[in-house]
Parts: sequence; structure tokens; C-alpha cells
Amino acid sequence: MTTMHTLTPQTDSATDIDDVARLVNEDGERVADPELERWVADVDATALQGLYRDMTLVRRIDTEGIALQRQGQLGLWAPCQGQEGVQVGTARAFRPDDFAFPSYREIGVQHVRGAKPADFVIAWRGEEHSTYNPYDINTATPQIIIGAQSLHAVGYAMGIQRDGTDQVAAAYFGDGASSQGDVNEAMVFASSFRAPVVFVCTNNQWAISEPVTVQAKFPIAGRAPGFGIPSMRIDGNDVLASLAAMRWALDHARSGKGPAFIEAVTYRMGPHTTSDDPTRYRRKEEVERWRRRDPIARVEALLRSQNAFGDDFQQQVAADADALGAAVRAAALGAVSREPIGIFDHVFEEPHSGLAEQREHFAAYLSGFAPTEAGAGAGARR
Amino acid sequence: MTQLTMAKAINEGLRRAMADDDKVLVMGEDIGRLGGVFRITDGLLDEFGAQRIVDTPLAEAGIMGTAVGLAFRGYRPVVEIQFDGFVYPAFDQIVCQVAKLHYRTRGNVKMPITVRIPWAGGVGAAEHHSESPEAYFVHTSGLRVVAVSNPQDAYIMLRQAIASDDPVVFFEPKRLYHSKGEVDLGADLADAPPMGLARIAREGSDVTLLTYGAQVATAMDAATAAEDEGISIEVIDLRSISPVDYRTVTASVRKTGRVVVTHEAAREAGVGAELIASITEKCFNYLEAAPVRVTGHDIPYPPAKLEKHHLPDLDRILDGVDRVLDRPNSLSGLVES
Repeated sequence: MTTMHTLTPQTDSATDIDDVARLVNEDGERVADPELERWVADVDATALQGLYRDMTLVRRIDTEGIALQRQGQLGLWAPCQGQEGVQVGTARAFRPDDFAFPSYREIGVQHVRGAKPADFVIAWRGEEHSTYNPYDINTATPQIIIGAQSLHAVGYAMGIQRDGTDQVAAAYFGDGASSQGDVNEAMVFASSFRAPVVFVCTNNQWAISEPVTVQAKFPIAGRAPGFGIPSMRIDGNDVLASLAAMRWALDHARSGKGPAFIEAVTYRMGPHTTSDDPTRYRRKEEVERWRRRDPIARVEALLRSQNAFGDDFQQQVAADADALGAAVRAAALGAVSREPIGIFDHVFEEPHSGLAEQREHFAAYLSGFAPTEAGAGAGARR
Repeated sequence: MTQLTMAKAINEGLRRAMADDDKVLVMGEDIGRLGGVFRITDGLLDEFGAQRIVDTPLAEAGIMGTAVGLAFRGYRPVVEIQFDGFVYPAFDQIVCQVAKLHYRTRGNVKMPITVRIPWAGGVGAAEHHSESPEAYFVHTSGLRVVAVSNPQDAYIMLRQAIASDDPVVFFEPKRLYHSKGEVDLGADLADAPPMGLARIAREGSDVTLLTYGAQVATAMDAATAAEDEGISIEVIDLRSISPVDYRTVTASVRKTGRVVVTHEAAREAGVGAELIASITEKCFNYLEAAPVRVTGHDIPYPPAKLEKHHLPDLDRILDGVDRVLDRPNSLSGLVES
């Protein structure tokens, strides 16, 4: 059997946030973990600075997204503040040719995989359902149906097996998704076929307003062994532990041993989306307690203790973050809507006579409007 | 040409598609050593191996969702749903993922998945084994939906479905699996009529009778019976129910002026409703009578001993024909609301 964080069935609650593996504690102190340690032996201060920079940039994207939504520029935003550690740490463990299947909240995964500024906002603005070509950054379109992507990752991994390569597919989903049939079926398929897939369950404690205790009475990582999948329960606010655990999981899958499962215990500091009001369903004290576990602050403290957090570094990262934030804003504000007739594009790969007729009729209808600078069909009807 | 059952024709279609393209793989419950509960995949495991004939866990959403991932990776999965009524657990993956990923990614991700569904009733099966869910899929943009009625179409249209870069829901009437017909196994896909074209199964001049799947045979019987009464019925086998070949349909309706649609599925918001709405839009001035639907009732599929009362048979179709011809019929004297 491979590395496995010890689970204690006597531990009565999925909310036990201390029963986790970690490498950096809440005070930013490096702590030992014999299981995780060896996976990050190469991570020096420079590499740690890189992780800090990634997380800071991701937080800046998130901050900008919320601001743009509040200003009416985006229809919705799904904040990721508090989850930068698990997102950046796990995504930095990938090889470029591995393939990730994220949910809608994995801003950090998209960022690490190479998403461009517009990719974070255009869908939430309502211009597209997705922006980047998944094959350009080996990352699937963010999934909105809860847990559906877990099966896609397993299927993709089955394709990897048939192609005889050593890539790995990974699925990201939340604690709420762990209740979905798709996620459980994904684990059955992954285990039965020994598919090279990694499941990353981001347990951020809340599925909109439902606490994790509604989904689970026992740590979610404890389910995977029941499917024959080794699992690890880590501190998701520890970017180093996230990197180490993902390296373990990817190595396990890549070396032909089948799937692996990570439960990253973390916290969503903001609302589920900008549409809900978390003050209705959770206490301020709880949020403040998690604020003290901030994934970025603890890496800053660790870097300071290593004399690796100088003013120059800090200022450079802040400047990079501001530049990225500005680019995200510019992408949102500069977005140009497609021509109306474009809504018919790409429904099918091959011509479909029924849709072709509708398109033709709509084009004729649009042609009855006076053209404007914004394009044909957007003006007043003649 | 070879005489084959529809089951064997589909088996040959799968074999040929897999031989032509090594990215084609077949997935489903019991399709390996058993050859499927209808033996449609008989012999394929030995020929192509377990990497391409994939016996799956018993989980329809799992089968469909992993097929999506395989398609993401460049494969062309052919999924066998064991029975029509078992497709519902896979419904979310079909309508939210399979149907939409191409649109969502602006064409970057293709979903060339064929969903084979042994379909509809008339075989005395248990509950959930005789359903006609086609309208759900016809209503979903991004899916092509076809229903075959004879071994030749089953063979060639299956190969066309697998070769298509679009997802295709492929309905196979269970009650025709053992019916025989001529099949041209050497048929070239390029020469075959496109999957979306309807077929005039029988020419006629008085009434256009539209149908698909196993109901084509019943419609043909009805047309033969009607001939004895001097009524000439044109039977159209739609073959594709999304898209519908309205060029063929409207040409017929403009000729006959009268329309009857028959299908096994329930009537409300069914394929017949869509057909008649579209025909009315396109051919209103040619219609001599209000179109008529002869369908399954709006009830859950009844127990096997009673299914004959649910399935539109020859007499019910002829009753519908009498209605469009304003001849005495079952509704004569009734005041319809």
C-alpha cells in the first residue's frame, strides 16, 4: 500500500481540521511530516517565493473579479479567497501534459495552467460559456454541474491508458460534490480500471449554505479507501503540503498504481458566489478563526523567517499583481459581444437542417434592423 | 446483399466501424463476454479486446460521463444503454455535457459519442424496459436523434452515427432485433443516403402517414389494409427525428393534404406534436383536414399484458386515417374540447 494519512474512525466529524497532514503551520513555521516531507525536498526559498507570488496573483484576480461584479461588469463571480493554497499547490505539481478538470472556483488552477486575463472574466460577464481552448492549457472548461467533471477526468484517464502514455488526469470538486452520484461513480470506475486519475476534493466547509456536516459525518478522505483508492487528508491552506500531496498522488497515478484521492481541508472566506450572503448561514467568529489560517500570510511568515521576503520581492509581487488585476479589468471592460447570429455557431460540428433553417430565419429577421456601429441587427427596426 | 437480422446488422456495423477506426470503442454493461443482453456485441470482445470492448460497472451516469472524458481525449465511444428506461440516470451527462460541450467550447472539444438505446415496447418486458424517451433528446440542442426501422438502415446509419463528429442518440427497436432484411455489407458510407434524410417507405396520394422505428412496420400494414378500402397512404419513415427531413415531409403533405403521425411514445409534447406544429407552419394552406396523432397514451408504460392497448396498432392508425378523411371514426359524435 502506498502513503496514506492515518484516519481514525473514532474522529467523529468531517470538520476536524486538525486531523490533517501539513508542512507549514498557521504561524508560518515549518513542521515535519514524514509522509509529505520527501515530496518537497527540492523546494527552496526561491521556489517558495514562486508559490507566494502565484497565490498573491490569484487573490488579486479574485479581488478584481468581485469588484467587477459589484460594479455591474460581471453577472456573477465565484470567489476563491482562502483556497489559493490548495489551488496553486496542487496545480504546480502538474506536468504540462497532464490534464485538469476544474470546477468553476478553481481560479488558481486556471492561472497556474496558463489562463489569460480574459479567461477569468469573459464567461462570468456572459459573453461566452468558456474562453480558452482546453487543449491549449490542458485544462477543461470550468464545470458548473456539481461533480460532473469527475467522470470526465476518469474517462480522459482511461484514454491515457489506451494511448499508453504516462500522463495523469485530475478532477477538482468540492465537499458538496462528494455527495453526488457522479463523484462516487467516478471513484468506482477509476478504481475498477486503475485509471491514472487524481481526485482533489476541496473541502471548504460550505456548499453554499450547507455545512460539510450535511455531506459527511466522517472525513471525506475516508471514503476513498472504501473504493480501493488511497487517500490523504491535508491542510489545504498549506501550499507546501498541497504541492507535496499532489506530487505523491500524481506519482502514484503516473506509475501505474491507479487513482489517488486528496481531501484538502480549507475554507471559503467569501460567499459561494456574489449572489449569496454568508452572514445568514455562518458566524463571524468562524470566519475570523479561518482568517488566521490564511494560506498567503503563513508563507509570507515562513519566507520572512528565511530572510527571503525582502522589500524588493514584496514590491515586485505587488506590482505584478496590480498589473494582472488591471489586465483582468481591461479584458472585462473591453469585451466585445459577438454578432447576434453567432449564437447559432458550434451547436453542431456538422450541418443540421433544422437549426440551419432557424438561423436563416433569424438572419432575415436581423436584417430588418438598421445597422449600427455595434454591428448588424443591433439597431432599430426599419 | 445478405439477409441479416437487425441485431446482426448492428453487430456488423459495430465491427466495421471498429475495424475502420481504432479510436472507436464500445462501452456498456454486459457487452463483453456475454455479448450484451441482446447479443448485439457478440464476438467483439474476442476480436477487439477489452481495451476497446469495455465492460463497465453498473452505473449509467458513469458510463456516459467517462465516455465524455474519452471523447475529450480523442476517442469515439459507442455507449450501449442496456434498456431505454435505464437512460435516465445518464440523462444529466447526455443533456448537460454530451450535448453542450461542443457549443460551450466554441467547437474546440468534439463529442463524437453514439448512444445506442435498445428501445420501445411490444416485447412483453418488465417495467422500465419498454419506454420511448426520444422526445427528451429531440428537445435538447446539440444532439442528433435517429431511429432505425430495418436492418439495412441499422447497419449503415450506425456507421454514419459513429463517423459523425456530433453526438448521436441511436434508437434501436427491440421488437425488430430479430426481424430480417437485406443488408449491403459492402455499402460505402459516402454513397449511402445521409443519416438525416427521411425515406418514403410507400408512395400514396390520399394521406401522409409519418412515423419511425418499429412503428414503420405497423404503418405499412395499415397502408396495405387501407388500400383494400380504396385509400392511398404515403408512409414516410423519418429515420432521423432531429433533424427532421422536412423537405421530404412537406412535399408529401402538399401532395396529400392530410397528415397522420404515429409513434409509441406518449402524445403530450411528443415528436408528433412537433411534427404537426412544423407541418402546420409550413403547409397550412395545403391542409385539407386537421392533422391527427395516433400515439401511446399519456400514461406510464403499462404492464406487459396490457401493452397492446397502449401501442398504436393497425386499427388505431386506420381510425386516425378515417379522422383526417372525415370518415366515420371513433370520435364521431364526440364533442372535442
